[in-house]
Amino acid sequence: MTQMTPGFADRVLDAQASFRAILEAMSRPGRVQCIEARLSPPAPLCTAAAAALLALADADTPLWHDAGEAAADWLRFHCGAPITGIIKDARFVLACGAAPSLDAPDIGTDEDPQLGATLILQVAGLVAGEGWRLTGPGIQHEHRLRVLGAPADFVAAWARNQALFPRGVDVLLCAGDNIAALPRSVMMAEG
Amino acid sequence: MTEAGYNFAYLDEATKRMIRRAILKAVAIPGHQIPFGAREMPLPYGWGTGGIQVTASILGPQDVLKVIDQGADDTTNAVSIRRFFTRVAGIATTDATGEASIIQTRHRIPEKPLTENQILVYQVPQPEPLFKLEPHRAETRRIHALADYGLMHVRLYEDIARLGHIAKAYDYPVMVNERYLMSPSPIPAFDNPKMHQMAALQLFGAGREKRIYAVPPYTPVRSLDFEDHPFRPIRAPHACAICGSRTSYLDELITNDAGGRAFICSDTDYCQERQEAPKAAAE
Ligand SMILES: [Zn+2]
Repeated sequence: MTQMTPGFADRVLDAQASFRAILEAMSRPGRVQCIEARLSPPAPLCTAAAAALLALADADTPLWHDAGEAAADWLRFHCGAPITGIIKDARFVLACGAAPSLDAPDIGTDEDPQLGATLILQVAGLVAGEGWRLTGPGIQHEHRLRVLGAPADFVAAWARNQALFPRGVDVLLCAGDNIAALPRSVMMAEG
Repeated sequence: MTEAGYNFAYLDEATKRMIRRAILKAVAIPGHQIPFGAREMPLPYGWGTGGIQVTASILGPQDVLKVIDQGADDTTNAVSIRRFFTRVAGIATTDATGEASIIQTRHRIPEKPLTENQILVYQVPQPEPLFKLEPHRAETRRIHALADYGLMHVRLYEDIARLGHIAKAYDYPVMVNERYLMSPSPIPAFDNPKMHQMAALQLFGAGREKRIYAVPPYTPVRSLDFEDHPFRPIRAPHACAICGSRTSYLDELITNDAGGRAFICSDTDYCQERQEAPKAAAE
């Protein structure tokens, strides 16, 4: 039995600071934010994905994940989020390996589009200022974002997700302690 | 620091998480009202409990909070809310629009353009723009789902047919990102254009009605109008009696028993700043 690493050092203020970084990421799609909380989550969880779940997930938000037993134990202990094997039942979907299809999680309904899940994708790296061309709410002219290790054909998959608006999923891209967001409203073109 | 016995910013962590999740979905779906499990607050409804819950869920120790009511920082409502957050979060407050990172407001948008480093939180009494036209929540949900807003156009056009203009001076409905009809809260229609492509994030909290919605930065916000009757933001055709501004939104004051009147800026910080910089005030 391995020892469980701690969650947020300050569960109130670290959650607040992490949330503000996520809010900023979601408000300005494609801009890369830094999570400042120091965390040592079990592999393969990265700091940004772990902080997002600690800040947002709890007993009310079923979680689907592919992160393995150690990460599941850690998340269950620190967030209290029930783990589900049925991706459509999850409010948060954590993908550390091959990303699920964007229409695999709950996409909400026309009357309750907010039920569309939040997909947390761990990627190899986030580089602002180059790569995809993003436009839409939150973006004055254009934001550029290069995602190292992005799922194959992601731009085409995103166009299908975006076309569902107001239904759809929202994506948090996490790499190390970096985070960027793709709300369902954002439009994406190859860079 | 904060008073003993309170969690930081009053709300418990589970409530903050729930509100934070609602805020993120609100930002992802601009103009769509998200239901949330509003909590009882130690201030009565009508005192901005929705805005207070939003502010409490976003603010941190580094934030500087400004609170305005009808443009003024020194009204009872604004002072109470500012004191509340000083007490439960130990944060700094300011009257200066330019120094605030979070501005909670009732009924106005500051005259000074907001920046990317600011968040504007509106107190909302009635989040449903169709409330007076369609009292059934199930029906308004259907209307928003279909973006079938003919009812509102008919209502506005009836004004034009009867009065020659649209008779809505406050809470004038807007389309957000050309998808959702939204109530801007009871701000004067004069303020509506400030919402369009604003650099700051705009969050809206309705406590009694338990709804949160948002306008992300740089998002189109269009006041409903008609080709032959374009939207016109109205202000009293006077200069401020104190600072001389001809562009700010003015309040009318009765100055004496004989019915004397004066017009002064509704935004007291804006007016104050112009008085302190008289050279810059020369337009
Ligand atoms: Zn003035």
